[in-house]
Amino acid sequence: MQSPYSHTKATLALAKASFRSIMRSPSAVVFTLAFPLIFILVFGFLGGGGTKLDIAIAPQSDLQNPIITSLEKMPIIRLTKNDNLSNINKSLVKGNYDALITVEKNKNGVPAYFTIVKYTSASLDKGNILKSILNELSYKLNTQNIKPTVTEIKSSTVNGRLYRTIDFILPGQLGFSLLSTGVFGTAFVFFSLRQNLVIKRFFATPVKRSSIVLGEGIARIGFALLGALFIILIGHFCFNFTLVNGFTTVVNMLILATMGVIVFMGFGFVVSGIAKSESTIPPIANMITLPQFLLSGTFFSIDAFPTWLQPISRALPLTYLNDAMRKIAFEGAGLWEVKHQMLIILIWGIVIYSVAVKTFKWE
Amino acid sequence: MKNSNVIISVKNLVKNYDDFKAVQGLSFDVYENEIFGLLGPNGAGKTTTLEIIETLRQKTAGEVTVDGFSIDHDSSAIKRIIGVQLQAAGYYPNLNLVELLELFSGLYGVEVNPMQMLEKVNLQDKAKAKYKALSGGQKQRFSIATTLINSPKIIFLDEPTTGLDPQARRNLWDLITEIRSNGTTIVITTHYMDEAEQLCDRVAFVERGQIIALDTPDKLIDNLIASGFERKKEVKKANLEDVFINLTGKEWRED
Ligand SMILES: Nc1ncnc2c1ncn2[C@@H]1O[C@H](COP(=O)(O)OP(=O)(O)OP(=O)(O)O)[C@@H](O)[C@H]1O
Ligand SMILES: [Mg+2]
Repeated sequence: MQSPYSHTKATLALAKASFRSIMRSPSAVVFTLAFPLIFILVFGFLGGGGTKLDIAIAPQSDLQNPIITSLEKMPIIRLTKNDNLSNINKSLVKGNYDALITVEKNKNGVPAYFTIVKYTSASLDKGNILKSILNELSYKLNTQNIKPTVTEIKSSTVNGRLYRTIDFILPGQLGFSLLSTGVFGTAFVFFSLRQNLVIKRFFATPVKRSSIVLGEGIARIGFALLGALFIILIGHFCFNFTLVNGFTTVVNMLILATMGVIVFMGFGFVVSGIAKSESTIPPIANMITLPQFLLSGTFFSIDAFPTWLQPISRALPLTYLNDAMRKIAFEGAGLWEVKHQMLIILIWGIVIYSVAVKTFKWE
Repeated sequence: MKNSNVIISVKNLVKNYDDFKAVQGLSFDVYENEIFGLLGPNGAGKTTTLEIIETLRQKTAGEVTVDGFSIDHDSSAIKRIIGVQLQAAGYYPNLNLVELLELFSGLYGVEVNPMQMLEKVNLQDKAKAKYKALSGGQKQRFSIATTLINSPKIIFLDEPTTGLDPQARRNLWDLITEIRSNGTTIVITTHYMDEAEQLCDRVAFVERGQIIALDTPDKLIDNLIASGFERKKEVKKANLEDVFINLTGKEWRED
């Protein structure tokens, strides 16, 4: 009598073969690693290792006060004291300055100074950072006072961590890497395995269909996670990408990445099923990846988009993956704290796999 | 082939592709350890019949059992005891021959030494080559190697020698004969009648999905002669193929 057939062994053999094949496929490596890394390098160097807030001090401002002194000590802030007002205003409009600060001595005593801040809509992100820095600063300065007679003390929940360009860019690139490896990789592999009768030959062996899908899936996820880890580590060690809770953060990011790539593979299955020829795969796959690449906050915060565009952005799975990644990496959120994002990704997963089941073809 | 056990039994097999009747009531038995040939013109239904037996295609009607297993209920048991060379098949991209054989050994759930498998078909020098980089004949030999991985009871070879040069063909015959001498049953299709005559214990002629003759090659030839058939031209003692073999040697060609 025959020894029992092991579906696990068959699945793992397939996973191994598929993984080897992916590692040797130039396009997979380019899209998953090289492409995101190039963006990370470019933005990493452009960002000069960190965000700087460019702040103009109004010409008529008081300069000898604790507010200015404290701001000067902060590495994130670059103060310009000797610019003229018309120049400052023009630069504010362009976003070359992120804010204009005027400090006035209060002739009536308490509080000792008024700090007047003018933000610019050209640089809202940095304006927000400055806002929280000033809140924190005013809190500190005011509590130093023996008699805290300050009119308003806002408790600030904003973390004082340095938010670098890389902290925004890297999660976006990671998301894009997962998206392209999930969609393109899966679509091409299953289409070509079917078209080149590789699957037909598999069917002449005792292997189950589920083993084929699972084996491919394991390889693809393994490859995507390896890529993700690589990107995260390069970002962390070369560009100071923030990993608030260190190892735990990395693990959380990888768990989220797994979820993302599984959902994106669903798109890949659909594409492999509806594509009529190998050359129709890239356009169809691009129809899925490109809008997400552009609209899901890969390069800019979706808050910067026109309002009519934002609902579209907020419908895309990559938006939520990027959002959750950033929260985990920079704010140190746990997976439970991004459950809202994960839920939406999950809903996308259910929808796309129910379509995939209908459109997928074996032969 | 006396006292033979039936290992494959096909009864009234019918296969329709929509309206087209590709196989129309085929019946035949294959005996254990014989080399059985399916012959016939293009489109006769040979591949269709083989792939139904291999459980790769659904039949329309009829009954097929392979080593006692019915293709309707026991397809996975059948797949474990057969080796299949498809008329057209591909192999996993970007993998070399050794890696492909490792993959197949996983798919069949058996342990094999890939190099030994390659030696059987004289491809050990190509161990690190990709399937795509093989010549036509080498591809066929590799395909045959993949059919042997699970030490099958039966192997199906669908035109294994098409596109091969004369000596590669003869070497493949040797290989097939050797496989048979290890106890394996072989079902083969071919368009070369010399090959069928040399190799096959029995052949079935299929035309338009029906069997029009089934017997040993000898018997079929004798029947024809008995009917008064005569070759138009007396054959010379050698033909051009003999010249080819004589000029180019008999070894496996490492082209
Ligand atoms: N998937 C299919 N769909 C529709 N018709 C098919 C299909 N496969 C085969 N046929 C038709 O069935 C008939 C038998 O095909 P089959 O491949 O079995 O022939 P064959 O005897 O193997 O021919 P060859 O010697 O050329 O390999 C042909 O007329 C072919 O056009
Ligand atoms: Mg055929």
